[in-house]
Amino acid sequence: MPTRWFGERIPRNEDPRLLTGRGMYVDDVRRPGTLHAAFYRSPHAHARILRIATDQAKALPGVVAVVTAQDLPERIRGPLPKLIPHPALVHHKTQVALAGEVVRHVGEPIALVVAESRYIAEDALELIDVEFEVLPAAVDLEAAAKPGAPRVHADMADNIAAHHIQRAGNVEEAFAKAPHVFRERFTMDRGSSSPIETRGVVAEWDPRSHQLTVWDSTQAPIRIRNYLSDLLGLPQANVRVIAPDIGGGFGPKIMMCYPEEISIPWAAMMLERPVKWIEDRREHFVATNHERLQIHDAEIAVDTDGRILGVRTTYLHDCGAYCAYGLTVPIVSGTTLPGPYKIPNYHAEYRAVFANKTQTSPYRGAGRPHGVFVMERLMDRVARELGIDRAEVRRRNFIQPHEFPYDLGGLIYQDGVRLVYDSGNYPEVFRKTMDHIGYADWAAQKARYRREGRRVGLGFAFYVEGTGIGPYEGCRITVEPSGKVYVATSVGTQGQGHYTSFAQIVADALGTDVRDVIVTTGDSGAFGWGTGTFASRAAVVAGNAVALAAGAVRQKTLQVAATLLEARGDDLELAEGKVFVRGVPGRAVMLGQVAAAANPLRGVIPQEWEGPGLEATRYFAPPSGAFAAGCHAALVEVDTETGLIRFLRYVVVHDCGPVINPMILEGQVRGGVAQGIGNAFYEKLVYDEQGQLLTQTFMDYLLPTVAEVPPVEVDHVETPSPLNPLGIKGAGEAGVIPVPALVASALDDALSEEGVRITEMPLSPSRLREILREAQTAPTPA
Amino acid sequence: MNGDPAHTTPAQAPARVPARRKRRLREPQSALTIRFTVNGETVERTVEVRKTLADFLREDLGLTGTHLGCEHGVCGACTGLLNGEPVRSCLLFAVQAAGAGIETVESLAPGEGLHPVQAAFREHHGLQCGFCTPGFLMSAVALLRDHTVPTDEQILETLGGHLCRCTGYQGIVEAVRAAARTWQR
Amino acid sequence: MKPAPFRYVAPRSVDETLALLAEHGAEGKILAGGQSLVPLLNMRLARPQVIVDINGIRSLAYIRRKDDHLHVGALTRQRAVEESATVRRQVPLLWEAIRFVGHPQIRTRGTVGGSLAHADPSAELPAVAAALDAELVVRSPSGERALSPGEFFAGYLTTALEPTDLLTEIRFPLLPERTGTAFVEVARRHGDFALVGVAAVVRRSDGTIAEARLAFTGVGPGPVRARGAEGRLAGSAGTSRVFADAAREAAARLDPESEIHATAQYRRDVAATLARRALELAWQRSGGRTR
Ligand SMILES: Cc1cc2nc3c(=O)[nH]c(=O)nc-3n(C[C@@H](O)[C@H](O)[C@H](O)COP(=O)(O)OP(=O)(O)OC[C@H]3O[C@@H](n4cnc5c(N)ncnc54)[C@H](O)[C@@H]3O)c2cc1C
Ligand code: FES
Ligand code: FES
Repeated sequence: MPTRWFGERIPRNEDPRLLTGRGMYVDDVRRPGTLHAAFYRSPHAHARILRIATDQAKALPGVVAVVTAQDLPERIRGPLPKLIPHPALVHHKTQVALAGEVVRHVGEPIALVVAESRYIAEDALELIDVEFEVLPAAVDLEAAAKPGAPRVHADMADNIAAHHIQRAGNVEEAFAKAPHVFRERFTMDRGSSSPIETRGVVAEWDPRSHQLTVWDSTQAPIRIRNYLSDLLGLPQANVRVIAPDIGGGFGPKIMMCYPEEISIPWAAMMLERPVKWIEDRREHFVATNHERLQIHDAEIAVDTDGRILGVRTTYLHDCGAYCAYGLTVPIVSGTTLPGPYKIPNYHAEYRAVFANKTQTSPYRGAGRPHGVFVMERLMDRVARELGIDRAEVRRRNFIQPHEFPYDLGGLIYQDGVRLVYDSGNYPEVFRKTMDHIGYADWAAQKARYRREGRRVGLGFAFYVEGTGIGPYEGCRITVEPSGKVYVATSVGTQGQGHYTSFAQIVADALGTDVRDVIVTTGDSGAFGWGTGTFASRAAVVAGNAVALAAGAVRQKTLQVAATLLEARGDDLELAEGKVFVRGVPGRAVMLGQVAAAANPLRGVIPQEWEGPGLEATRYFAPPSGAFAAGCHAALVEVDTETGLIRFLRYVVVHDCGPVINPMILEGQVRGGVAQGIGNAFYEKLVYDEQGQLLTQTFMDYLLPTVAEVPPVEVDHVETPSPLNPLGIKGAGEAGVIPVPALVASALDDALSEEGVRITEMPLSPSRLREILREAQTAPTPA
Repeated sequence: MNGDPAHTTPAQAPARVPARRKRRLREPQSALTIRFTVNGETVERTVEVRKTLADFLREDLGLTGTHLGCEHGVCGACTGLLNGEPVRSCLLFAVQAAGAGIETVESLAPGEGLHPVQAAFREHHGLQCGFCTPGFLMSAVALLRDHTVPTDEQILETLGGHLCRCTGYQGIVEAVRAAARTWQR
Repeated sequence: MKPAPFRYVAPRSVDETLALLAEHGAEGKILAGGQSLVPLLNMRLARPQVIVDINGIRSLAYIRRKDDHLHVGALTRQRAVEESATVRRQVPLLWEAIRFVGHPQIRTRGTVGGSLAHADPSAELPAVAAALDAELVVRSPSGERALSPGEFFAGYLTTALEPTDLLTEIRFPLLPERTGTAFVEVARRHGDFALVGVAAVVRRSDGTIAEARLAFTGVGPGPVRARGAEGRLAGSAGTSRVFADAAREAAARLDPESEIHATAQYRRDVAATLARRALELAWQRSGGRTR
């Protein structure tokens, strides 16, 4: 048993269950008498609903109910809750549980069928007849932003949901005086997070106890509980929302609420039978939020040494048909863009635009890949134009270790707090990365490849990632007389290993084996306060709440054990599941005995115990986010004849402060890199002009397989955060963020002879060859 | 490796056969009673013919370790073994398994403890959310039964038939390589 | 994503299958490996009334050498082909191509006949059949007929098969000595349908090409033979230049379509590249050396 669990590469507590097929995912919830739901979804991107005929569907044997908007009670018929308001978000449009009048994207639910099986429910969908008046659709982002475009929301004058500007310094002056200004347009297209488990909801209503239980594949069970309680008119205590094992989330499983998250629980109450809805893959493509499409016009002003004088970006953000979640993604793009560089003058301005497509909300990275893509592309451009080595340009502009906390001059981050980097060591992260990839002698190596007729490029990209934002998370820890330690926190887990990393923190505080610490997450019945798993915050915010609660239980343990052992608390130690007098291991009590003694049948409980039992609840509310950083570098080979690419090496150096479990961290990073590779070269959601999604299967929306994802070498730098007791920073999104920028930079390098300049993502073999052709025929830029 | 029609019987009495037909043809059915083995146990059930094997395992037999990620054959989460060979259980109808032997993830380590392949996945962090994992495990087990010393190419070829959205695959590849060494067959 | 109701029947013999197909006509649908049909059923894009499952007909799964042909039963699993030493030795082009079909977990079920009958415009096996001038043996109530690939493949996802027909066997002619073959393809990901695939056959007579055949997939409604280029290759010297010119010529005549994964121009360009690579590889394998 290690003396300290924190920092150990230990296997996960949750694995045996998941490996043996004993996981409990939403679709695994089996309640007697369960009915199965399916949705009739809009086949049109934009249409008025004239008539809905459900009689035939209702008559089909096995169908229990067919519900349309008019059947819903008043309180859930209107627009669903607005998540994160923002002063700039003047048109905070949200979707409805069931569309009764207008549909604004393909896949919007219109009718709910509940039947004895999903098979029958789908049979019934075919018997529903809806008459539509098809309306013109706004699909293309730029076109949708123009005046006169078809309006997604009839009560608006145009499709602009928000127009928002953030500034630091005086950009106009900086650009006017700058010796060099470089401009570029960058595009990142739509993608889908596509967890292998789709969404799902199972709801059960007990009419006697008035208790609603909902199993939901959400990343934010407590918030869902709160909204359900509000929308269905039930006390919070009568609603229990459980996020059981979740088969991957990556952002879009946090919405509060998707239409189905309200209509299914309501149906269960109305029918007084459990109702299960499991999204199928084609539904997932149209009904679960997308992300990524933004078009940035960007320019950078530099002096003759390549020092940044100013950066300006104006961009369009694609909301889809609604923007329930708010402006997180474009705000994060604008505030991530400056990255590790000193940018004295900065201007970020965007318009968030409605279009007749599936709604968007944060997907792993959440706007950061865009910001990093723009900034790192600009830095490469500066290097090329000024003939300065691209690593050197970066070194000249890095924020230095002694300059923290570093204030970005008045930018406001997604949490509404002024953007100040807490800590970091960017030059060191960069040096390590360049060493690992062998940048020093890359020129010679590249020439060698070239002589062999191979086109290989070295790419790299640096990012700073805001993680671990508030408002808060909480945790309750209880030691039972068995000696087992029970930890309850509300953040859901989607594979990030919280059952283990939280247990490591607790095991250290209580001197127990990590396997004796049993963590419950994401069950509002076990712990009722919290916000959710997003923005790389679970480890930071909940992790610190866990540490605080564990510290409190440790104190209590010492107090109680002191009485039992007739010793002073200061003289006691906790190890191996025991409390003992330092230097006298024989004078010991088991942790479980202490727990029993803390809950006596007779006698008095001393005032200073603050109640019975070895139990404590603590909350952690960070003042602001903790900023992680990292750099990725890779060698990418291009077959110019076919446009195929292949990674020869991939290196990540990451700084997220002290690492609780390096194995889990590396897994997070590697998984993120794989998604980033998808974003860069494989995954693209394609809409036609009518707003039909052409990529609705895994045959057309291409998730990378083992053949496309290289082994990733991971190394760490540890700069603790001063903002939380554990000093940790989040790591959930680190893997994905810089990949598009890195791939672009590697391709530029591999195809430098042709003068290729990648400004868009994702690419494909076909598109890459097109770019190559364009570069070859284009006049060489002046 | 095919399901054997000899192990099916019409679930209800066949609809009346027209009297004048020359040779009696088998009558298509909407439901059939099938017999086959699942994880070594004989199962006899009546099932609607359109029910996929995946749904049958999950709903009728409660074997929820077999997961559904796409229902069109691509993700591999539903992969199980049919007479020892990995197949997509979302692309097979339960009635097609008649007479066959099916293995699912639940069979690997029937009691406490883990199968060597499962243990290797744990050791090498070959899973995060675990949703894709049963499919990967079944393909890996089939591969390692056939090849005590699989080549890297064989390993990658096998794993290439599965999608994982969490791990980036590296842990899975390492787990299978390790299991080839540790599994005493 | 659950299939619409259908009725199901699993015949035990070819004759019974033919009778059932005759009985149910256009309402019936043959189910072989199911790797193309069942996704369509699950998505309700195909809605047959009666599924005729031929998986129980053992006599339809075999790999047999007979005279100067290799006979492959329609129900032979793609996996069995891949694992067959006979195929590898006798029809290496088929062996090489089949490993591009999906993944091992797909090939355990997917059948040779099913792939050909499905006639996906990006499938590998139709190009192989075309390049090898395979015979496709079809049984119907009125008897048996053997079709050439040109007769069999009728367009996008269409063949000469009538609803009452059963593809029973594919006969691959064995190639003479000094013949090399190659299958190369570009796909978005490993295991995906081809963006472009090329099957090449080259027979050598010393330094010259005695005969060459070239068939493409992914660039038309079905497999495309490049007869013009083949004619020009015959009798030419086996040089890189000759192969490149022929490949370009063949590609120039193609009329592929643009769709979400690749433009027509990309397909044409890559067809030229792959044709060149395939021809050179086949030439090398025939024992020739490219200059
Ligand atoms: C994930 C995945 C990836 C794939 N990748 C590829 C790929 O890269 N390349 C590729 O070529 N294919 C690919 N496929 C499809 C391929 O594997 C199928 O096996 C093949 O297309 C159909 O063969 P099958 O035996 O499964 O036929 P089925 O799906 O059973 O049938 C297909 C069609 O053929 C008809 N049919 C079948 N057998 C006969 C017969 N004997 N006589 C008359 N009609 C018949 C059926 O009625 C049906 O219309 C992939 C499939 C999946 C699920
Ligand atoms: S569910 Fe069967 S392959 Fe995806
Ligand atoms: S572990 Fe989550 S999909 Fe593989």
